[in-house]
Amino acid sequence: MSALLTVKDLRVQFPTRTGVVDAVRGVSFTLGRERLGIVGESGSGKSQTGRAIMGLTPPHATITADTLNFDGMDLLDISAKERRNLRGNRIAMILQDPKYSLNPVMSIGRQIVETLRTHEKVSKAEARKRAIDMLAAVQIRDPERVFNLYPHEVSGGMGQRAMIAMMLITGPELLIADEPTSALDVTVQLDVLRILDDLVRDRGMGLIFISHDLRLVSSFCDRVIVMYAGRVVEEIAATDLQNAKHPYTRGLMNCMPQISNDRHPLPVLDRKPEWAL
Amino acid sequence: MNNLQNAALNVENVEVKFERFRALRGVSLNVQQGESFGLVGESGSGKSTLLRAIAGLAPVTGGTITVNGKTLGSSRTKAFYREVQMVFQDPYGSLHPRQTVDRLLLEPLVVHGFANIEKRILRALDEVGLGSSFRFRYSHQLSGGQRQRVAIARALILEPSILLLDEPTSALDASVQAEVLNLLEQIRRDRKLTFLMVSHDLAVVTHMCDRLMVMQNGAEVECLTATELARHAVQQDYTRNLLVASEGFVRPS
Repeated sequence: MSALLTVKDLRVQFPTRTGVVDAVRGVSFTLGRERLGIVGESGSGKSQTGRAIMGLTPPHATITADTLNFDGMDLLDISAKERRNLRGNRIAMILQDPKYSLNPVMSIGRQIVETLRTHEKVSKAEARKRAIDMLAAVQIRDPERVFNLYPHEVSGGMGQRAMIAMMLITGPELLIADEPTSALDVTVQLDVLRILDDLVRDRGMGLIFISHDLRLVSSFCDRVIVMYAGRVVEEIAATDLQNAKHPYTRGLMNCMPQISNDRHPLPVLDRKPEWAL
Repeated sequence: MNNLQNAALNVENVEVKFERFRALRGVSLNVQQGESFGLVGESGSGKSTLLRAIAGLAPVTGGTITVNGKTLGSSRTKAFYREVQMVFQDPYGSLHPRQTVDRLLLEPLVVHGFANIEKRILRALDEVGLGSSFRFRYSHQLSGGQRQRVAIARALILEPSILLLDEPTSALDASVQAEVLNLLEQIRRDRKLTFLMVSHDLAVVTHMCDRLMVMQNGAEVECLTATELARHAVQQDYTRNLLVASEGFVRPS
């Protein structure tokens, strides 16, 4: 498996009034055409890792890395224009809440068409047709109707499907999904994951799935990276998660209430300062 | 179980209408003294609306609500809020951003004319596992879990007998959720409180509650005990689907 993305010693720092905050401190991994999960709590640096790859880190932050290589290109070396060409075209990102990440004053169809026409020279009619096909591909039953709707007129699950359609219409090779289902109901969550799973498999994309939900990630991804305080504490095959070695991973697995397993009180994480070293 | 004399909370055929939309279509439930009762459902099922209807935050258009033997009218009295307190979902939104923890805890005490204010504030903080060092901080100086502890302390400081919990942990990380759930359980045991808890997470509700009601479209789907749910002994397909969904993603082979 040739590597699509190579990340080596990635660091993201934010200067603040009280000193430099190290959000990501030396993250390394490689990604082929597979599903990789990044799991951690709030503040663990998982989203900043995704954003750094996507090139969405705020300008006042500093990013350093030994290697940040996407398909032979050094992402930190190329110009802003080249980066823009990649973003949305070959690397795409799905964000958490469709309520906030879709443009509220533009119809869903127009937003998808805009994405497509930014990256490809296609006629308006052709773009419209492809957008409707894409909406159908994410299993929206009446794509012609949804094409003309505004984001506030659709449910959360539908909005997230529209978002997936928008991100996949350019045929990206790498998809970064940052908590794509956290804002959705459990049953809708599964529908969206199933669609994502099919599309990723059929199109042979690499997927980085960022989530705080270890159980969900382990059921969806091939490999899981567990982050704590800006560092990778453990990298493990999803099927092996039950045998995780790091106490943090094990703690995260354990502290969730389970329907068939009554434990009172719930085991809590006993955070050791050496995990953050 | 239907001992109405002993009921902390009895809801009969309650309806809530927002303009022409019927958010609750005649829901009934009965919670015993010291019991912990859960409401589960997806967004729009009316579970939070039911909680808010009891607290007097939603327009009740039909049915009766009885709390500790007293039937409630259209407005809530001060005495009602001494008995019933609520903890909201989002600890970032439910604490006043320009008030210190001290001020937040002081206000309900002053409103209800409590004595021994100093002692009560210290005890409330201690009870939720925050030391007195947190007393003069602002909510933005606290983490999500600490804020939810403050919100719980604020609800407990009036020594209510019933606590309404609206998704108290869904904005928190899994590890922090475990801590807050443990805290809530311990408080319920120590103070013999009655809980009515709303959550979209079946696992959280089964963990916390003795009995639960599954809701959909503003109506009851079914009522069951936590043990029945754990044994997957459910009657309705809707509940079964929820159970399957909560077990995580299964790749079709």
